[in-house]
Amino acid sequence: MKQYLRNTWLGIYTILVGMKVTISHLFKPKVTIQYPDVRVQLPERARNRLYVNMDDCIGCDQCARACPVDCIEIETVKAVPGEDLGTTSNGKRKALWVTKFDIDIAKCCYCALCVYPCPTECIWMTDVYEFSEYRREDLIYHFSTLTPEEALQKKLNYQKFEAEKARQKAAQAVASNPQSKQDSGNQN
Amino acid sequence: MISDYLAEFFGNKYLGYLVSAALPLFMWILPYALYAVYAERKVSAFMQDRIGPNRVGPKGLFQTIADILKLIQKEDIVPASADKLLFVTAPYVIFAGTFAAFAALPFSSVYIGSNIDLGVFYIMAVSSFSVIGILMAGWAGNNKYSLYGAMRSVAQIVSYEVPALLALVTAIMVIGSLNLNEISQMQTSRFWNWWIFGGPVDGIQKFLYIFPMIVAFLIFFIASLAEVNRTPFDIPEAESELVAGFHTEYTGMKFAMFFLAEYGNMFVVSAISVSIFFGGWQSPFGYLGNSIGINWLIPVEQVFWFLFKGALLVLIQMWLRWTLPRLRVDQLMSLCWKYLTPYAFINLVIVGIITLIK
Repeated sequence: MKQYLRNTWLGIYTILVGMKVTISHLFKPKVTIQYPDVRVQLPERARNRLYVNMDDCIGCDQCARACPVDCIEIETVKAVPGEDLGTTSNGKRKALWVTKFDIDIAKCCYCALCVYPCPTECIWMTDVYEFSEYRREDLIYHFSTLTPEEALQKKLNYQKFEAEKARQKAAQAVASNPQSKQDSGNQN
Repeated sequence: MISDYLAEFFGNKYLGYLVSAALPLFMWILPYALYAVYAERKVSAFMQDRIGPNRVGPKGLFQTIADILKLIQKEDIVPASADKLLFVTAPYVIFAGTFAAFAALPFSSVYIGSNIDLGVFYIMAVSSFSVIGILMAGWAGNNKYSLYGAMRSVAQIVSYEVPALLALVTAIMVIGSLNLNEISQMQTSRFWNWWIFGGPVDGIQKFLYIFPMIVAFLIFFIASLAEVNRTPFDIPEAESELVAGFHTEYTGMKFAMFFLAEYGNMFVVSAISVSIFFGGWQSPFGYLGNSIGINWLIPVEQVFWFLFKGALLVLIQMWLRWTLPRLRVDQLMSLCWKYLTPYAFINLVIVGIITLIK
């Protein structure tokens, strides 16, 4: 009987305690963040979408080699002597046309290992984290500033230059000494 | 009464009755259910430190209207193995039970659908009608979860009818009337004449009645929560166990009908509590219409007070829902048979003894 009355009392009392707790939450500030309108400040070193500043890129391929999932693909073409590619912002002279600089962000694991080896600090993690796409191909970002035609042009230029050089060299070798043919062959 | 007035207004008895029957549906149940759902979502959100719906319209006020528009467009699916006739009629049977109860609710001294002398009895009788609908829905769905939900629901409602009616009988015994309009009329002028505060009785008895009346109200309130399948007594539609209980197989407007019936029922049980214990349509402190001498204002104020008190009790039901966890089946039954029913009986005897002291 005593237990029975105690149960009754506990039933009523604990419900009232619970109701007090819930009613007090009515007047507490809300914790919801209205996401698309309000965004939380990201941590300082947050790792999100990669960005490459092509003005500074020297095409050294170090980022592609550092990448553990091989999501960066770089193709370069040597510049022909007459061309001036300018310098990077920290004074390095650019000597390669970067004809292809593709990052497949769908593969990216956001480790930021590509960021550290870059000699000109031209690849870094931005704070953009909303870049979903309907098609997977759209997640391959092309950073190269050259159009495909331009890239082809550069390639042809270089091949032409190489062919010219080889022809010159051959002519020179034939002209000077037929015996040094072996040397020139080694040089090539 | 409003039906006679409307019959006179339209010059046709049946047209008048039809309009007066449709009035509470379109004037109160539909808008109330829409905004009760909205309030439920807001209350739950606030109690969990969230914001709740706030995208559709200012402060999300049109959220439930958008929801109902969506439900109307939904495909009306009847499962291939369902019992077609029962499946289709069940939502309407449930809603009919709820809607029929509105006929005897005294919204104000001049607006009551049917001023019958057996008001309380009638409402308790027709609101148990929904048990049949629930069992129909659960059985017709041909789904184990539906049937489990329906069985639990029926067991629960039938059990909880006992303490609910005993608590009501306790109050009715003192009041001496089953006519809800008359009961409301008794608790006139000031809030200390409400039955929960001892009613319009003179002498020592008034003070003796206060405690038993509060107990009776609490028992009725708890039992009525169970009768409308609200948390903590929502095992018939326990989402974590039974998908959605007896309305698992329903889609679109039929599903909306269950919702409408649930929220309608919440108001009906609150309205009974209000009429019997909290003065019905009586204002707690006189009428503005009386003090400034505008007679037609009084019924309007009465409607306001009735709906206001009813809505307040509905809010308390929501408050409880977001406070308490669901009871287990055995706990549910032991609460009903071992606690509420004995207390209701003891309360009945005590009130009987007090009534004898003269």
